[in-house]
Amino acid sequence: MTYITKPKLHHPGLKTNKLGYTHRDYEGRISTLCAGCGHDSISAALIQACFELELEPHRVAKMSGIGCSSKTPDYFLGQSHGFNSVHGRMPSVLTGANLANRNLIYLGVSGDGDSASIGLGQFVHSVRRGVNMVYICENNGVYGLTKGQFSATADTGSKAKTGEINADSPIDLVSLALMLGATFVARSFSGDKKQLVPLIKAAIAHQGPALLDIISPCVTFNNHAGSTKSFDFVRDHNEAVNKLDLVPPRKEITADYEPGTTELVRQHDGSYLKLAKLNAQYDPTNRNAALAYLQERMKAGEIVTGLLFVDETAADLHGHLNTVEAPLNTLGEADLCPGAEMLESINDEYR
Amino acid sequence: MSSVEAEERTEARAPTDISNPNTFHKVVDCQWACPAHTPVPEYIRLIAAGRYSDAYMINWHSNVFPGVLGRTCDRPCEPACRRGRVEKEPVAICRLKRVAADSKDDITGRLPKPAARKNGKRIALIGAGPASLTVARDLLPLGYHCVIFDGDPFAGGMMRTQIPKFRLPERVLDEECGYILGLGPETRFGERIDSLKSVLDEGYDAVFVGCGAPRGRDLDIPGRKEAAEHIHIGIDWLASVSFGHTTAIGKRVIVLGGGNTAMDCCRTSRRLGGENVQVVVRSGFAEMKASPWEKEDAMSEGIPIHNFLVPKRITHEGGKLTGVVFEKVKAEYDAKGRRKLVPAGEPDVHMEADDVLVAVGQENAFPWIERDVGIAFDEWGMPKVDPVTMGSTHPKVFFGGDAAFGPKNIIWAVAHGHDAAVSIDLLCRGEDVRKRPGPLVSLASQKMGIHDWSYDNDVSLDLRFKVPHAPQEMTLKDVNMEVELGYNQELAFKEAQRCLNCDVETVFEQKLCIECDACVDICPTDCITFTKNAPEPELRGQLTVPAKNLTQDIYVSGALKTGNVMVKDEDVCLHCGLCAERCPTGAWDMKKFYLETAKAYACSR
Repeated sequence: MTYITKPKLHHPGLKTNKLGYTHRDYEGRISTLCAGCGHDSISAALIQACFELELEPHRVAKMSGIGCSSKTPDYFLGQSHGFNSVHGRMPSVLTGANLANRNLIYLGVSGDGDSASIGLGQFVHSVRRGVNMVYICENNGVYGLTKGQFSATADTGSKAKTGEINADSPIDLVSLALMLGATFVARSFSGDKKQLVPLIKAAIAHQGPALLDIISPCVTFNNHAGSTKSFDFVRDHNEAVNKLDLVPPRKEITADYEPGTTELVRQHDGSYLKLAKLNAQYDPTNRNAALAYLQERMKAGEIVTGLLFVDETAADLHGHLNTVEAPLNTLGEADLCPGAEMLESINDEYR
Repeated sequence: MSSVEAEERTEARAPTDISNPNTFHKVVDCQWACPAHTPVPEYIRLIAAGRYSDAYMINWHSNVFPGVLGRTCDRPCEPACRRGRVEKEPVAICRLKRVAADSKDDITGRLPKPAARKNGKRIALIGAGPASLTVARDLLPLGYHCVIFDGDPFAGGMMRTQIPKFRLPERVLDEECGYILGLGPETRFGERIDSLKSVLDEGYDAVFVGCGAPRGRDLDIPGRKEAAEHIHIGIDWLASVSFGHTTAIGKRVIVLGGGNTAMDCCRTSRRLGGENVQVVVRSGFAEMKASPWEKEDAMSEGIPIHNFLVPKRITHEGGKLTGVVFEKVKAEYDAKGRRKLVPAGEPDVHMEADDVLVAVGQENAFPWIERDVGIAFDEWGMPKVDPVTMGSTHPKVFFGGDAAFGPKNIIWAVAHGHDAAVSIDLLCRGEDVRKRPGPLVSLASQKMGIHDWSYDNDVSLDLRFKVPHAPQEMTLKDVNMEVELGYNQELAFKEAQRCLNCDVETVFEQKLCIECDACVDICPTDCITFTKNAPEPELRGQLTVPAKNLTQDIYVSGALKTGNVMVKDEDVCLHCGLCAERCPTGAWDMKKFYLETAKAYACSR
């Protein structure tokens, strides 16, 4: 951690967005994580993405659980809403908040311990229900706060800092999310902001459950030779299937792309995902093929990154439940408490 | 090597050579801009620590007259100050220097002692101004016998005769001249030199000419001769005030000229009975040569400055001056951007006055240097002087200060003096004056612990503090009363904290870097980028915030593991050290760069 606060002075040549903010206006407090932590790079990518999307900070709610990753919402978007819940319970809290007010953008920030161990049940149900959220798993394969034991996402055969070899099978959150019906699934690497920032932007623009599994090296406990989540290992085994660009709704798409090299996916809000294919065979709209490909590459020891699956016809929980459009806090007493007669008529339906 | 490789190598920007002292020296903008290269951030930190005497001594070794310069310096350091590029105004470097001088303890014990043994070499110094005094100070401790000549009966030169005492009290000048005279030079004050040949004939081993630019330029317009009694040349008039010969001036005064001498003339006039004092300048306000703060001070004393007026003739009645007629002009620029003043086509303006002060420039004058002694002059009548050695075409004669390259300022005179002293010392030891000793340089880590640095890295957000002034109703009544009171110690501390410690350099160790981006993410001014190497112009454009300030270097590493290079734009780095604090491997470190230019008495000999 760092003792001084980050000086307010900034580069006089910084760009501002249409709200008049620089990217520095999306910062939070200074990080207390270890120097060089991958999570800090993810925070920086989130800051950049929200700046580029020109989001008003008060429209964003950051939810988290417990762990190094779950501390990070303190380190970005200092002017946004936030809720630091109990261990593994972020998805429930996020679901509740989302049901109460669907007008906010929900960033669920979690880690591999919080999501794949104690909170695995919470994770799968929130995805299964189709909560409109960006679920970010800052995945480092170890329990950093308790000195680097293997987490549930650690690969079989990966070596701990103490020399121990992991014998257990890993939980792959990306495959799980695909099976559970997530409509936007991506994997990225904290050390590659060029890939990560557009993915975060696209995930925020996506209306439906979006999972971002971000490999984020733990510099203190999992960045040594033999680890499969170190900077060096991820860089050496990173197999990006595509390169994403988010084209905002107002922008017209004029260029012609050669078929098979670039794919355009229209999103709900009218924006486009412009995908430059790095792997010509990979089709990010085919759920089953994506699952099969991921399994195959995992066996080969490669880490597949990029936008792995997107379903542009996504629907979300509110659609399934047919809930009221307006946030509950904007409804008047008459709407929220329609009276004894209404209760009576509802009860009659079930008699 | 294949041809493709060769091409890539010539194209990409070469890594920065940090073993070259200039690399990090340039980052210390103030020190780089100072002609004498005073280690500014180092003494500012000492002021913040309350170590005024230590701060003073750093200054004294480097610029010889800290108390004088802390009041009168032209401050080339301040426009260069990095702080001015990240917020509104630079650090008040000059006025902090004054605090060191005002608050120090008795430092006489820390001064060099007069040489115990003379080395038998005799040096003549012509003029007792800042340049000659610097040469004397640098050479006397080594045992040289220095003989200082001056036409006036005191040491100080223009610092005494041209700078009014309300800006520079006599005691300050006496003290700092005294430190040098205390080293035991032979002074031949009151002895005006009218022949260089006769000086050379006295058999000196070297002669230093530091006689300044003593001739004030005059105006040749109708009425000048007729009204001569009430028309005065600015620098001569200031000298006359300084020596107490002139104690009054008319109620209505016109000062012609837009330089610092004009500002001193008008403000002095206000104190000697001038009630309606006006400054009239040919050029526009922004192009005036006077320092901005000197213009401000004049205007705050109720002195208007009129621009774009060219004096046409002096009006007079019965031999008595009545005023000046001015022609209105405007500025026009040619295709090359050169300015020309052309008549504005408006009626002439007549301003009434009892006295006129002419401060339209100074000239060098060397009528006393025989043209056959071996010193070559150029077409403008200036001696040909080597800007590195300060030597003339005569092997034993050196020049410095305004005498060398025309009117500049005190700090340049000091810098020339140091260089000339090194040359004279080399000459007298029979060595090549062109083989100059290098600077004394050190680079040391400031790391004390994980988040502990031996400098205060927390950047102050305070804006520049104003220097308190004495009440105007008092200062305007007394030509000798100092206007500026200087910062008190509390204000000095706060102002000192505004310094960004640019001498604490960000030093990058390429082989330790794991490219985790922590430094990129934390940098408050987005200085650091990891990117593909390219020729410099492209590389500058590839940065997170493009490096558009071409006067500032970019710091480029060699290729890292991914093939990228680290590029840091030095332009607006706050030197907060957060990159080093957030670096997990210590690839970044904060190292203090200290550079002292060679002095004759303090370089390896």
